[in-house]
Amino acid sequence: MNRKQRRMLIRILISAAMMIGLQLIPADAFGPMDRYLFPSAGRFIRLALYLMNYLLIGHDILGKAFKGIRNGRVFDENFLMAVATVGAMSLAVCENGDYLEAIAVMVFYQVGEWFQSYAVGKSRRNISELMDIRPDYANMERDGKLVQVDPDEVENGSIIVVRPGEKVPIDGIIVEGSSSLNTSALTGESLPREVMAGDEVISGCINMTGVLKLQTTKEFGESTVSKILDLVENASSRKSKSEDFISRFAKIYTPAVCIGALVLALFPPLVRTLLLGIPADWGVWIYRALTFLVISCPCALVISIPLSFFAGIGGASREGILIKGSNYLESLSKTKYVVFDKTGTLTQGVFEVNGIHHSGMEEEKLIEYAALAECDSSHPISKSLQRAYGKEPDRSRVTDIREISGNGVIAKVDGMEVAAGNGRLMERLKIPYEKCSQAGTIIHMAVNGDYAGHIVISDRIKQDSGAAVSALRAAGIEKTVMLTGDMENVAIQVASQLGIDEVRSELLPGNKVEEIEKLLQEKSAQAKLAFVGDGINDAPVLARADIGIAMGAMGSDAAIEAADVVLMDDNPLKIAKALKISRKCLRIVYQNIILALGVKSLCLILGAAGIANMYLAIFADVGVMVLAVLNAIRCLFVKKL
Amino acid sequence: MKKTYKIEVDCANCANLMEGAAYRTKGVKAATVNFMTQKMIVEFEEGSDVRAVMEEVKKACKKVEPDCEIEL
Repeated sequence: MNRKQRRMLIRILISAAMMIGLQLIPADAFGPMDRYLFPSAGRFIRLALYLMNYLLIGHDILGKAFKGIRNGRVFDENFLMAVATVGAMSLAVCENGDYLEAIAVMVFYQVGEWFQSYAVGKSRRNISELMDIRPDYANMERDGKLVQVDPDEVENGSIIVVRPGEKVPIDGIIVEGSSSLNTSALTGESLPREVMAGDEVISGCINMTGVLKLQTTKEFGESTVSKILDLVENASSRKSKSEDFISRFAKIYTPAVCIGALVLALFPPLVRTLLLGIPADWGVWIYRALTFLVISCPCALVISIPLSFFAGIGGASREGILIKGSNYLESLSKTKYVVFDKTGTLTQGVFEVNGIHHSGMEEEKLIEYAALAECDSSHPISKSLQRAYGKEPDRSRVTDIREISGNGVIAKVDGMEVAAGNGRLMERLKIPYEKCSQAGTIIHMAVNGDYAGHIVISDRIKQDSGAAVSALRAAGIEKTVMLTGDMENVAIQVASQLGIDEVRSELLPGNKVEEIEKLLQEKSAQAKLAFVGDGINDAPVLARADIGIAMGAMGSDAAIEAADVVLMDDNPLKIAKALKISRKCLRIVYQNIILALGVKSLCLILGAAGIANMYLAIFADVGVMVLAVLNAIRCLFVKKL
Repeated sequence: MKKTYKIEVDCANCANLMEGAAYRTKGVKAATVNFMTQKMIVEFEEGSDVRAVMEEVKKACKKVEPDCEIEL
């Protein structure tokens, strides 16, 4: 609570107490005063007391209303509250009747305003705190002692020390020490990551076990943590369509209600006297019109929507999903098509030996021969063979290496002739071989002219890719498409294994944009298309899609720049999660719009019919705002989605 | 040129009004008020005097919402 709020709360409490106190003195109790002072003095004293109470609670509203008129803004909520309550007071003065209504309405209105300011301030602080991964200091060694300095002052290339329990303040490379890092603040991933000297670490992680010495590679302002904070904080400045709709609606709502009130005050009484010839009942209709004015503030609507988006973006960022704008959160919720890049997104992007078939000898032996025969090659395939072999190849065992371009290698290993290559190599050597049914790159092996089986090398599908695709389908995605530069049989196999609907294979980077264009035309206008890539070489595709999602982007500036939604780790399950968060958030936004509009229109109808009085109107108005704000805060809770 | 200013405003509708007022000020190309983070992002037209424009923006905002504050 700030000073302003505290002062307001005190004012509300005193006014409410005075209001209740005055209620305990009946109007008759003032009667005897007439005898001591002047005729109807009691009535004046009673009015003066109530007036004091009214001014105590409402003087600022009256002041603002006056200023508004002077500045040429007639239809604002202050003016309307002023008219409504002054009107109610006047009606009460005429009848020496119930002053309570005007004061109570003003008190409730102020309570509502106070709550709005308090709740919003509080939730704003809470959300900011949750996202607060900003490090407060960096440790630097000076004259053999550790001193804490402002991270902003650390120059690029300085050595900083991070002790266990501290946040890594600036991106850097470990020069000394090893430890495990908790990256959950950045990625939502709770599994710690082991790091040692030579590894890059990014700011925002928490050092858990050992002391680390880092050489910084960036300035604080350019570090991951600053970038993320900047991104999340400014995300709510990119406004969604719902927000635009509401702010446009708010502009016409207040004047419309005012005109409605004016019509209600004038039209029925005139019709009654002039056409029907019955008493006009001016008082009744003016009162009903004043009731209208009480409901004229669009606050509940206007407040709850940015708050929902802000909370949604905040909640998502804690799960390692950075959404760069309220507008993207909104489009994400309407996504019907999800297009994936294959390599690095659904697969790990690392080629590995995934199978050995028809081998006449021990599998390790076959890998050993293959690795030795290919030991001179720097081809990625040869590298994965070396990795599978696991040892440094003993080059003295290999002689007579002949590379046959486009076919493979023939070499003498331990005196035996080993041929390793594709089917064409086997045909060339006239060795009968077995075709492989598995997709991937196949290396056929022959030793001393006899077929010795083949090795399958392929990219490995990520563990969660299958689950991610079915989670998307469960979340109502109509179509999943995979784009890849890879060969058709590989692509089809991966797609069918994961349950992806369509595959476009053997694409050059430029073709991917064309494919996206085609898909964009194919879908209906409301449905949105999301493209998921690793953000490294698919920036144009990310930009062309309705929503570009980059994954595994931790530490990659280019990806953060190009995408609309950034997944900090490379788990494809996060795509479905992001989608669910956006749906929840938008559901809450619509709930709030319907709730606020519904309650307000109901009040207007009941007010016009004379069923709802001013109390009910203000209760409904303040109540609906409280509900909308509380509902909006639910957007923050996305962990279990 | 784009600049971000810290603001103080209590109600969301007033924030919208401020956004409109800032946008209509001469020398301002675009203005966004972020109620949740209490920030105003102003994009100025080429060659306009930022200081003078912001004084005008502040005046215009005070007109629509007397309670608001812009830290210049």
